[in-house]
Amino acid sequence: MAKRIEVKDLDIYYDKFLAVQGVSMTIQPRSVTALIGPSGCGKSTFLRTLNRMHELVPNARVEGEIFMDDDDLYGPGVDPVNVRRQIGMVFQRPNPFPTMSIYDNVAAGLKLNNKRMRKAEMDQVVERSLRAANLWEEVKDRLGKPGSGLSGGQQQRLCIARAIAVQPDVLLMDEPCSALDPISTQAIEDLMLELKANYTIVIVTHNMQQAARVSDVTGFFNLRGIGQPGELVEIDETTKIFSTPSKKATEDYISGRFG
Amino acid sequence: MPPTTSHSPQPDLYEPISGPSLTAGQLPRGAAPLTLTVVVLAALGLWLSGWNPAACAVLGALTYTAVIYVWSRVVEGSRKATDRLVTAVVTCAFLLALLPLISVMVTVLSKGLVRFDAEFFTNSMRGVTGEGGGVYHAIIGTLIITGFAALISVPVGMLTAIYLVEYGRGKLARAITFFVDVMTGIPSIVAGLFAFALFALFFGPGVRMGIMGSIALSVLMIPVVVRSTEEMLKLVPNELREAAYALAVPKWRTILKVVLPTALAGIATGVTLAIARVMGETAPLLIAVGITSGDNFNPFDGRMATLSVFSYYQYVNPGFPPQPALDRAWAAALVLIIIVMLLNLVARLISRLFAPKTRG
Repeated sequence: MAKRIEVKDLDIYYDKFLAVQGVSMTIQPRSVTALIGPSGCGKSTFLRTLNRMHELVPNARVEGEIFMDDDDLYGPGVDPVNVRRQIGMVFQRPNPFPTMSIYDNVAAGLKLNNKRMRKAEMDQVVERSLRAANLWEEVKDRLGKPGSGLSGGQQQRLCIARAIAVQPDVLLMDEPCSALDPISTQAIEDLMLELKANYTIVIVTHNMQQAARVSDVTGFFNLRGIGQPGELVEIDETTKIFSTPSKKATEDYISGRFG
Repeated sequence: MPPTTSHSPQPDLYEPISGPSLTAGQLPRGAAPLTLTVVVLAALGLWLSGWNPAACAVLGALTYTAVIYVWSRVVEGSRKATDRLVTAVVTCAFLLALLPLISVMVTVLSKGLVRFDAEFFTNSMRGVTGEGGGVYHAIIGTLIITGFAALISVPVGMLTAIYLVEYGRGKLARAITFFVDVMTGIPSIVAGLFAFALFALFFGPGVRMGIMGSIALSVLMIPVVVRSTEEMLKLVPNELREAAYALAVPKWRTILKVVLPTALAGIATGVTLAIARVMGETAPLLIAVGITSGDNFNPFDGRMATLSVFSYYQYVNPGFPPQPALDRAWAAALVLIIIVMLLNLVARLISRLFAPKTRG
């Protein structure tokens, strides 16, 4: 559980277009790392390289190395499916499977991978995951109902439950609260603080207060210039980034002066 | 006002500049139905006084359009007049498009219901020369041949569509898309000739089998299945695929367990409609399957009867007296229409049953 991720000099390409250049960082286990920065600077793109979702885009590729503990994620012979088994992901827009019930949505990671499991065992996994996602009390009486009938905030927590049901080591969250109201956002932030006891969490957010509230470490991404690749400007303890950042660009961004 | 305005006085902004009141210029309620009724009555009068009915209808439509446009233009202004004009034109076009359908339904029903008796649905044409006889053999033949056509086309078409949407990139995918488009335009008689020529290579000229008809029909059906399945698969949001990938589900299993179930309703509807579409084909079956008067339910052995070909032969070779054969032809056509209609209903039912539900 909860592994360390080490990124070394990572360049991310869409075909010939260099989107993000020269990212190096260490993501500590059992902590929340927040990635902030203006739109289009490559935060989400970078996040998607961590579980090899980036290469699903045709012709997309990366150069550089990412290690999870001692395994090279982009090493020869590494099956991306196995990488994703250990690194789960929650997306910006809640995307429960519309054909499945709430129960099946949570169990999807196991069922779709044909894990043979006894009914009681499966029930346990589902309940544990839903409890961990703070959703159990709200849906325990209607597990057989379609997941897409829940509210937006509930759907997002359902997606989190689905992601942690397969017990990944790392949880990536791509703006998980951007479509949610403050109450659901609060619920998910509380959840992140609980989950970091067991998981390594990386979250991309546009909400700087959110980054300040939930994260231990914050990384600031920015575009080098118009038409130029994005880069990691600096990464440091969240308190330091929000009080005395070492780079001018970071200070400008968090204080609302940029461009 | 302060006395500082030496230049030309500014327009007072607190006074409304101009413009009609909000309720100005409306035709009285029921103006359109009233005009329509008057025009329809006038047209009916003309018809009863000996005019050609088509001329009456056209004249009526034109008069209504003109009257409502001019009236509205005078009272309501050009914007609403245009609205009424376009509404009238669109409605006319709709009625015009509906006309052949109604005409066909009325003709087939009135002429086909004559032979809707028990004998018609339980007997074949073996030994029948004059009255009597039935289409039992042709109904079963149509179902068998279309069934085999579906059995061939659905897997081929669906797998092609899955390849195109989920895997296909570059030249090969583009070529396949292009040839599927070309296939859509193949005349049905060519499909029949293809099946005929193909089997003639192996079994010698003059061979006829039910399965040949199925193959000819599947040539027509595959592009329809590919197209409809492709469209449905494209409608599945990419986010669902990504959600599955992020759960470490392999691609093939994602397609099988997430993408296909999500699109199932649309695919099933498309397939059913494709079946309904080829069921009424006549030309390829005429060439590849022929006709027989007795029961032959083995698609791999000799000629079979099908409803469309049966109807055709009864009509062109009625024998003497011709009336019983003509009745059989219309009744067979009606049976075909009913089967196709049932299939369409089934398609609607399927799309309702399989559609992803949002509320339990």
